[in-house]
Amino acid sequence: MMKTRLNAGHLVAVLAVAGLLVLPLYSALSGNIFVLTLFTRIVIMALAAASLNLIMGYGGMMSFGHAAYLGIGGYAVGILAQEGIGSGFIQFPMALLASALFALVIGALSLRTRGVYFIMITLAFAQMAYYVASGLARYGGDDGLTIYKRSDFSGLVNLSNRVQFYYLCLACLLLTVFLIWRIVNSRFGMVVRGLRSNEQRMQAIGFPAKRYQLVCFIIAGTLCGLAGALLANNTDFVSPAVMYWTRSGDLMVMVILGGMGTLFGPLVGAIVYLLLEELLSQITEYWALIMGPLLLLIVLFGRGGIMGVLGRLSRG
Amino acid sequence: MLLVVEQVLNGLQFGLLLFLLAAGLTLVFGIMDLVNLAHGSLYMMGAYFAATFVAWTGNFVLGAILALGATLVLGIVLEVVALRHLYGRDHLDHVLATFGLILFFNEAVRLIWGPAGLALQLPDWLTVPVPILPGIHYPAYRLAIIVVALLVALLLYLGVMRTRIGMLIRAGASNREMIGPLGINIKLLYTLVFGLGAALAGLAGLMQAPILTVQIGMGENILILAFVVIVIGGIGSIRGAFLAAILVGLIDTLGRAFLPNLLRQILSSAAASTAAPALSSMLIYLLMAIVLVVRPEGLFPAARR
Repeated sequence: MMKTRLNAGHLVAVLAVAGLLVLPLYSALSGNIFVLTLFTRIVIMALAAASLNLIMGYGGMMSFGHAAYLGIGGYAVGILAQEGIGSGFIQFPMALLASALFALVIGALSLRTRGVYFIMITLAFAQMAYYVASGLARYGGDDGLTIYKRSDFSGLVNLSNRVQFYYLCLACLLLTVFLIWRIVNSRFGMVVRGLRSNEQRMQAIGFPAKRYQLVCFIIAGTLCGLAGALLANNTDFVSPAVMYWTRSGDLMVMVILGGMGTLFGPLVGAIVYLLLEELLSQITEYWALIMGPLLLLIVLFGRGGIMGVLGRLSRG
Repeated sequence: MLLVVEQVLNGLQFGLLLFLLAAGLTLVFGIMDLVNLAHGSLYMMGAYFAATFVAWTGNFVLGAILALGATLVLGIVLEVVALRHLYGRDHLDHVLATFGLILFFNEAVRLIWGPAGLALQLPDWLTVPVPILPGIHYPAYRLAIIVVALLVALLLYLGVMRTRIGMLIRAGASNREMIGPLGINIKLLYTLVFGLGAALAGLAGLMQAPILTVQIGMGENILILAFVVIVIGGIGSIRGAFLAAILVGLIDTLGRAFLPNLLRQILSSAAASTAAPALSSMLIYLLMAIVLVVRPEGLFPAARR
């Protein structure tokens, strides 16, 4: 078990989760529906970022193609809906399965390389997925696919109800974070983290490195596929654009901004990044003019992301 | 036959442009160990500078030269202000920081030149078709790109292999730590290399500008292709970048030109017209995946000395 002293980072994480839990209450009291819509998106992206953090932060696998699973999960929902299969009990498992299969194939190939080559080959596979989706003429091609009916969970949860959908996403996120916590502290997780530190030594001890990494890669992909299925339901729409490489970049930014290899870092990163984007775009049309240099400054001066800075601050 | 010759030349021209971009990228990566996603932004800036300066001066060549100088200066400023501080950091930091730079450049362009694209008019003497083989004509401008790019490639080769600065660059690539203690001003060398890379990217951008529209985001698509090129060629190897660039240029262009017809002979015409665009866009990524699986270090890895 990780024994870390409580620091400002933990406080921020607790506050963030508490804030997310009571957010619908605030939204209902103030009548501000927009904030709920915004945070539904944030929670979904946080889920995707958390899954990326599992391989990037804990496993040391710098995937630059993680947004592909957002698209695959989304298209699984969209295509099934288009073909008249509206049940969420079929759509969601299919989304997870498709993402897992994709992760299995590209993971098995990509893990043969390392370093920058790994970054680039995952990017290449995601671009391939992007072009496949653009070529799906039956399902909208470049223009994307409108989903006319959200996944139907036969009365269990109603995805068209804003509050219920928000809590569904939040539950998925918290469960994912819990799952990741269990994984990284399990024997399996220890091996994966050991491989990040020193692959040769782990192999010398006798662990089949690639197999452990591949399983970790598949878990992360599957979890991101879940985010994709939720995202498609949230926007009632899925298009190749969700898989474009800049989306993968966004996910990486969220993870690094929040703090790589920390449990709640991706959540904090997603909240800060997407809120910042929202706020800046309200101040000026040219929000990226500020956002870009800000990212540069964060890299130059904020090592370890927000969680890292907070941790250092409280240690004095 | 006519079509084949034309498409091969198109592929060659595209490949050479990719080489200009990839050469800078691979130099910067090989020598400073810096992953620079903003390289595509320099390509874009080259195109915008060219469109602006050509409109100002009314002379294509003069405008192009000014644009080249402007990109060089921009690259040097960028290195001194921002990227210099990233050397020695994690690759992931590079990705994040230069991703931020892409956002910045795209937005700056939108602010300065507006969201609509620009067009760069060619002078008349570059638009005439030139006979290259009996009965086969090829646009003069595309031919000019091939000639200029080949010339630059040759100069780059001679510069790196035959001059003192080139020797220092090679020394820097083979052992970063050693050349500082040997009394070389490594900071200056790095700035120089980055400026050179920026100028090459700018050259690629300004030469491509009259063929495509000059627009925001034009750097990103081609940047990915340039990365594919250097990964296929072997990171840090200029020779590898050259061969891989030509290969990628040819495969991409020929794939787009002939794959639809080829597929139509195997599949039904409806299925072929669906599959062809996606498949031809995927071809080079497929090639890269295959190369990386078979030879994880690329086809021509820079020699480990």
